[in-house]
Amino acid sequence: MAIAKLKSDATEARLAGVTLPDGAAWAQAARKDALARLRAMGLPSKRDEYWKYTDPSDLTAVAAPKAALFDAQEAPLFGDTDRLNIVFVDGVFDADASDVLAGEGLEIMRLSDALAADIHWAKDLYGVLETRGQTPVERPLAALNTALATDGVVIHATGKVSKPVHISYLHADETSDAILHNLVKVDAGAEVTLLETGSGAARFSSCLEADIADTGAFHHVRAQGRDHERRTVTHCFARVGAKSTFKSFTMTVNGVMTRNECVLEIIGDDAIAHVAGVCVGDGKDFHHDDTVFITHDALNGESRQVFKKVLRNGATGVFQGKILVKADAQKTDGYQISQSLLLDDDAQFLAKPELEIYADDVACSHGSTSGAIDETALFYLRSRGVPINVARNLLTLSFMAEALDEIDDPALAEELRDRLEGWLARHG
Amino acid sequence: MLEIKGLKVKLEDEDKQILKGLDLTVETGKVHAIMGPNGSGKSTLSYVLSGKDGYEVTGGSAQLEGDDLLDMEPEERAALGLFLAFQYPVEIPGVGNMTFLRTAVNAQRKARGEEELSAGEFLKEVRAKAKDLKIDADMLKRPVNVGFSGGEKKRNEILQMAMLTPKMCILDETDSGLDVDAMKLVAEGVNALRSEGRSFLVITHYQRLLDHIKPDVVHIMADGKIVKTGGPELALEVENNGYADILAEVS
Repeated sequence: MAIAKLKSDATEARLAGVTLPDGAAWAQAARKDALARLRAMGLPSKRDEYWKYTDPSDLTAVAAPKAALFDAQEAPLFGDTDRLNIVFVDGVFDADASDVLAGEGLEIMRLSDALAADIHWAKDLYGVLETRGQTPVERPLAALNTALATDGVVIHATGKVSKPVHISYLHADETSDAILHNLVKVDAGAEVTLLETGSGAARFSSCLEADIADTGAFHHVRAQGRDHERRTVTHCFARVGAKSTFKSFTMTVNGVMTRNECVLEIIGDDAIAHVAGVCVGDGKDFHHDDTVFITHDALNGESRQVFKKVLRNGATGVFQGKILVKADAQKTDGYQISQSLLLDDDAQFLAKPELEIYADDVACSHGSTSGAIDETALFYLRSRGVPINVARNLLTLSFMAEALDEIDDPALAEELRDRLEGWLARHG
Repeated sequence: MLEIKGLKVKLEDEDKQILKGLDLTVETGKVHAIMGPNGSGKSTLSYVLSGKDGYEVTGGSAQLEGDDLLDMEPEERAALGLFLAFQYPVEIPGVGNMTFLRTAVNAQRKARGEEELSAGEFLKEVRAKAKDLKIDADMLKRPVNVGFSGGEKKRNEILQMAMLTPKMCILDETDSGLDVDAMKLVAEGVNALRSEGRSFLVITHYQRLLDHIKPDVVHIMADGKIVKTGGPELALEVENNGYADILAEVS
C-alpha cells in the first residue's frame, strides 16, 4: 500500500500543472484515456521488476535534469542520402529547416495537425497499439507520452516510398523536455524507411506506433544523439501483418540514460520482425537499456533480436528481451542474442533473456554473453603488423557486425559503422 | 637471417619449462624444417618468436638480422619482416578479408616509413596473387576465415604471406588438416615465394609436406631443444623409423 501511495504521489506530482495539448474531440478522448491508464499504473520506480536494472527517476522527475549541449563536430548523419527531412528542435517543429511534407507514395503530416483533424486511420492508431502493448507488462511512460505528446510525424505509406523520411531531433536548450509521438501506417504492398537522428532535448520521450499491413515493409534506422547528459526514453509499438516485414535498428552513442522499449506483435502468417541495436558507452555516466517484447500470434513468423553493447570504464548496459509464442503460432522461428564486449573490468552488462512458448513446433534460440576482446584474434591481427589499438577497434567493430548486418541498406549500415569507428578511435 | 641462442621459455601461468636452451640459425634464402614429436615445443617456438602472450623467456636470445625480437611487440616484429602462418588461422566475423589484408599491408608499410598502397594498387596485387592460390573473389570478400574450409584457411595464410612479403616466414604445421591436393596447392604457393632474400622455417610432424617444400636443412626437436640437424635425408629417416631411434641415439 505504501508503495502504491508513493507511486500515486509521484504520478500526481509529475502531472501537476500539466495541461493536455489541444486537439479534436477524438484526440482529447485518446489523451484522457492515456492519462487514466497512467494513473492506474503509476509512474515506474526502481522497485518495479521491469525497472530492476534501470533507475527511471530521471525519466519520471517533474522537471528535466539539465543536459549540456554537445558539439559533435561531425557532419549530420545520412547527409548523403536523398531523403525527406523533418526537423524538431527541443520538440518544436522547425518549418524552415524542414522539407515540404509530401512525397510519392506518401501521406505525411505533423501529428499536431493530424490530431486536430478527422483522419480515420490515425484515430485507429493513436494510443491504440500503445494500449495493446500495456499487457502483459505495464509501460507507464508510454501512456504518459500518448497523453502529453505535443507533436510528431504521421506517416502513411500507400506505395513504395522512394525517399526515406528522416526526422532530425535537435537539442538546443539545456533544460528542454520534449515529448513526441509518431504514427506509421504501411498499406499492403507499400514500403517506407524511417530514419531518426539526434538527442531531441535534455529529456526526450518518443513513442512510435507502427501498423504494417499484410505484405507491407517498414525499415527503421535510428541514431540517438551523442549528448552525454541527455535522458531518453523511447517506445516502439508495432503490429506486423501477414508476409510483412518490420526491421528496426538503433545505434546509441553516449547518453547518461537511455531506455529503448520495443514491443512487436506478429499477427499475420509468414511475417518477419527484426529489432537490433548497438551501443557504445564510456564512463560511469553511461546507462543504456534495451527492453524488447515480441509476441508471435501467427504461423511461420520469424523474429530476431540482435543487440551488441560495447562498454568501458564503468558504463552499464541492460538487455531485457522476451519472445512470447502463443499456442497457435506454430513454425515460429525466434532468435535472440544479446552480447556485451566489456573493454575493461569496470563495465557491467545486465541481461534478462526470456522465452515463453506455448506452441509445440517452433525453433527458438537465445543467447547472452559478456566477454572481453578475444586475445587469440588480437594476436592474429598484431602478428600481421596491425598495431594493437587498430586491431582492438577492428575486433570491436567485428563484434558489432552481426547487429549492423540487420540493416538492409548497406549504405546506411556503412555510415553507422563509420561513426562507430570514429567513436572507437576517440575512446580507444 | 634468424639466430636463436640458448632460448629458454616457460609458461607464464605455470611452472612449466617448454624450451630448454634452443639454438638455431636460419641463413638468408634457406629453408629449414623442424620436425619433432608432440609436445617437443615446436609451436611454442613459433609463438615466442612472433610475440604471443602467455610465455616467459627465462634465457637466451632471438635475433632477426641482428635485431632483438624478444623485446618487441608482435606488430613490430611483423613490420621487421617476420611472418607466422598459423596452425589454426583465426576467424574474424565482420571484418572483410580484403579490409584485413589492406589494413595489415598498409600498417606494415607505414611502420617501415613506406607509402601506403592505394586502393587500386592493392586490389590489382591481391587479385593476381589470389588467383595463383585459387582464391576466388568471394573468399576475398567474406569475413576473415569465416566459413572457410581447412584448405581455404591455409591458402588464405599463404595469400597473406604473399601480400606482406616477409623476410622470415614461419609455417606452423601448415599441412595439418589438409588433403593431398590442398597440400600441393599450399606448397606451390610457398615455393613461389622462395627467394634469395627470404628464409623459411617449416614446422611439421610429417615428412610429406617436405616432399613438396624441399628443405635445405632439417632439425629434429625434442624436449625443448634441437637434438639433431641434418639434410633432407633426416626427414626420410623420421618417416621410415619414427622418432624413437633418433631420440635413443642422441640421448
